Amino acid sequence: MKSYSYTRAKLTDKVFKYIALSFTVFALGVLVVLLIDIFSKGIARINWDFFRNLPSRHAEKSGIMTALAGMLSLLFFTVIIALPIGILAGIYLQEYGKKNRLAKFIEINISNLAGVPSVIYGILGLTLFVRILKLGNSLIAGALTLSLLILPIIIVATREAIRAVPDSLREASYGVGATKWQTTSKVVFPFALGGILTGIILAVSRAIGETAPLLVIGALVYVPFIPEGPKDQFTTLPIQIFNWTSRPQAAFIVNAAAGIIVLLLITFLLNGLAIYTRNKWYKKIRY
Amino acid sequence: MFKLEARHANLWYGEKQALKDISIGIEPNTVTAFIGPSGCGKSTLLRCFNRMNDLIENTKIKGEFLMDDTDIYDMDVYELRKRVGMVFQKPNPFPKSIFDNVAYGLRIIGEKNRNAIKDKVELSLKNAALWDEVNGILNKPALSLSGGQQQRLCIARTLAIEPTVVLMDEPASSLDPISTSKIEDLIYKLKQKFTIVIVTHNMQQAARVSNKTAFFYLGELIEFDNTEKMFTDPQNQRTQNYVTGRFG
Repeated sequence: MKSYSYTRAKLTDKVFKYIALSFTVFALGVLVVLLIDIFSKGIARINWDFFRNLPSRHAEKSGIMTALAGMLSLLFFTVIIALPIGILAGIYLQEYGKKNRLAKFIEINISNLAGVPSVIYGILGLTLFVRILKLGNSLIAGALTLSLLILPIIIVATREAIRAVPDSLREASYGVGATKWQTTSKVVFPFALGGILTGIILAVSRAIGETAPLLVIGALVYVPFIPEGPKDQFTTLPIQIFNWTSRPQAAFIVNAAAGIIVLLLITFLLNGLAIYTRNKWYKKIRY
Repeated sequence: MFKLEARHANLWYGEKQALKDISIGIEPNTVTAFIGPSGCGKSTLLRCFNRMNDLIENTKIKGEFLMDDTDIYDMDVYELRKRVGMVFQKPNPFPKSIFDNVAYGLRIIGEKNRNAIKDKVELSLKNAALWDEVNGILNKPALSLSGGQQQRLCIARTLAIEPTVVLMDEPASSLDPISTSKIEDLIYKLKQKFTIVIVTHNMQQAARVSNKTAFFYLGELIEFDNTEKMFTDPQNQRTQNYVTGRFG
């Protein structure tokens, strides 16, 4: 009896292992097929001119310069707006705010906000920034909208990172007569910075891929100029790709594939940077 | 005159009463040991003297706590903690360099003069009997030191701000016997300059290092007397049972 159930348990163990393996292979397989498809179509299209050219009616002459410039300026403004607010809010909620029912309520809501579909943020941005604040379909309106989108992510990441700071370090600081601010700025924040940075980079790489909220607030599909200030109109790489894929000509599909490769590489780089930062930091502060 | 004094101290964590009407006086330049089984309130009382319990939410404190006959609640809490230093159970150096750990308190109190900081760091490390081991590697991370060295570093960090009282909450409980004996030698030496209160689970340690010993049980101060008397001729039956290892 005993040996029977043991054999059975071993069998279950094996079966489960292979089921898990097959699902992993399936998921990775789909990804690989997609990547091969994209790369085989687009890689030949990537050259210096592709980065340097303005969008055009002619697929071969089209480039991603305005989309790339628009995306980078958009990210720049988004980070400038969302970073200080998100980090300070996270520090306040975790380190200063009282842990009462209201705090719990706010915490749950912030986590929920991180899961709200991005198009909802687009509608909010359209009403608030484009219409009420009369910013129009400008870079700054887009940046404000994306800031709302990534704020919850930054706040949650900041809180998590600060929560991970051992109380023994706070006690050590208070023990020599440090104030709350001295403790927070000299001990807690530097210790948590690695986690906060990781969260920020992940938030930015989320913002990079966003198309829906920007389309809602009226980001243009065709922009023949580089934005020169926050009030200028703009387009971004995902929107450019979206535009190209909706064209009937095969040459534009090639452009789209090439654009996707560029976008993938940027996202990949950012995620890699996030992992590198985290590992480097944790090595430094490990006990 | 007492250096530290508690009068009718009562403390609650939420609903749970951790200290029950404790009155005790600590004489200057002595080592006082707080002993007793886990949860008896000895660490809690220790943390009252530098108001560390203020950091724990839902804590209610009644009674008087005095330092040099001044109510510590009439003092600025940061000023109090500079004068009443604390060493914790687990070594808790900051993830900074050895030098920056000791200099931390000095920079907190606004010391800007680099040479003054350097001199005080060296002096503190010497007072904490760590200088010979870290001289020349002051820029190395504090976390690369051994557990015993880390604890002496924490003591140096506390001494650097020149307190008059040092509270030690089981400072050797996570250390090996050799590191422990180094800490004990250190306590013996520090007694000349500081008033020391040490919480310990280790009876032999209390007997070795302290002048006076207080025995706590379930939040009450059962007996407080000269260490020698506490260990050889305790007046209370429970004290006798505890120091002879019959319970606890």
